[in-house]
Amino acid sequence: MNLIAAWFSHLNDTTGINFTVFYDQFDRARFVQGFLVTLELCGVTITGSVLMGILGAWGQGATSIWLRRLVQFYIQIFRNTPPLVQVYFFYFGLSALLPEVKNSLGMSQPLIGGFVWASISLICFAGAFNVEIFRSGIEAIPHSTLEAAEALGFTRLQTYRQVVLPLGLRICMPALTNNLVNLIKTTPLAYAIAVPELLYVSNQIWSDSENVPEMMLLLFIIYIALVGVLVFIMHRWERALRVPGLGL
Amino acid sequence: MVEALLVIDNLHKRFGQVEVIKGVSLTVGKGEVACIIGPSGSGKSTLIRCVNALVAFEQGSVKVLGIEVNDPKLDKLQLRKHVGMVFQQYNLFPHRTALQNVMMAPIQVLKRNKAEVEAEAYALLKKVRLEGKEHSYPGELSGGQQQRVAIARSLAMKPDLMLFDEVTAALDPETVGEVLITIRQLAEEGMTCVLVTHEMGFAREVANEVYFTDRGVIVEHAPPASFFTNPTDPRTKAFLSQVL
Repeated sequence: MNLIAAWFSHLNDTTGINFTVFYDQFDRARFVQGFLVTLELCGVTITGSVLMGILGAWGQGATSIWLRRLVQFYIQIFRNTPPLVQVYFFYFGLSALLPEVKNSLGMSQPLIGGFVWASISLICFAGAFNVEIFRSGIEAIPHSTLEAAEALGFTRLQTYRQVVLPLGLRICMPALTNNLVNLIKTTPLAYAIAVPELLYVSNQIWSDSENVPEMMLLLFIIYIALVGVLVFIMHRWERALRVPGLGL
Repeated sequence: MVEALLVIDNLHKRFGQVEVIKGVSLTVGKGEVACIIGPSGSGKSTLIRCVNALVAFEQGSVKVLGIEVNDPKLDKLQLRKHVGMVFQQYNLFPHRTALQNVMMAPIQVLKRNKAEVEAEAYALLKKVRLEGKEHSYPGELSGGQQQRVAIARSLAMKPDLMLFDEVTAALDPETVGEVLITIRQLAEEGMTCVLVTHEMGFAREVANEVYFTDRGVIVEHAPPASFFTNPTDPRTKAFLSQVL
């Protein structure tokens, strides 16, 4: 660790290439903190948006026309508006309507903080796409397979859990991976509402240390790595789900 | 006369403007085998789909073990516990093994104990002569094998009535035999069966009563001996002369 720090310090002294996060404790601490926030944001929004997709796709097939319309309305709103506008809508629009609370220091603060708003809005954004992605998988299942489940006495929920979801998921896996990759790349939008994620802390660092190109390079590498890990996991999952003779 | 298990009375069914079943009545006694034959589009498949409420109908009555299918308050799940169905395209769950396919419904629908169901599922697959194929996925099985898994899957629910919807129509002539052997065995064990089929020879052997449908009505019905040798209606005669 010391060796790495010493090397980057030397690099800065000799060439002016300034990676402060590798030798400056303060910069390193806030960079790592920002990375962890990004990681958390990715984890929460990926899980939340997949759940949203599963629930929404279930709602799309509901017998109640109002539930189907509600899902359709949700999709149209969140698919057809810019994600940055959505983040602002939640943080500045909705948040203003909620009461403020006193924190431990006796100062008033919003009921729901930036991180939660960013999570909610990104879940809604990616979730809208996930609903449609799941629908594409579900609609590819032959009607006759569902008829067989019906004839065996499965309820709609049992059919959904036991047949529709496992088959639909296998079919829509590539599209789902695509959307989740996009979601990771959309998380820096949280920067706009001052969530101290990776881009936000990088901005702080390059403002202090005047090392924009170096920080940019680091950002690229980290996002490439994050997406790489996700794609790797999704491919492993896809392979684990593969069924002999199913051709999916 | 044996106790009636399935009673269909004056059933009418229309899809939009087209009336596909125009007043069909038939009765199948407990342990009997009824075969429905007839040209394509005569409403055979629709008729047996009405029996387990996969298709709703407008008029008439269908009673399975006294349960009225046309009752708006019908408990479909309750009905389907009594009625098994096997389809032309097998319709197995492709992401589950043969064994899992057989086990799913008893565990999910009947909430039965898994170990017990598993033992029965092994026995059922053995019965349809698929020993050793328990852990194969449907995609790894031949059409005839898949169809026998489908039969075992239906039997696992211990139905009182089995519906077979052209179950050999998608199979090559050689594998048709292995599926028919299984159905014959069921019939001999006293399972009440309604078969929609194009296998005239088979209908002749196993049926107690053969029904000939054309354009939504039952044109003629009789025990197989007289039906095949001595048809009375000209339409039946014309049909049989072409297929026999």
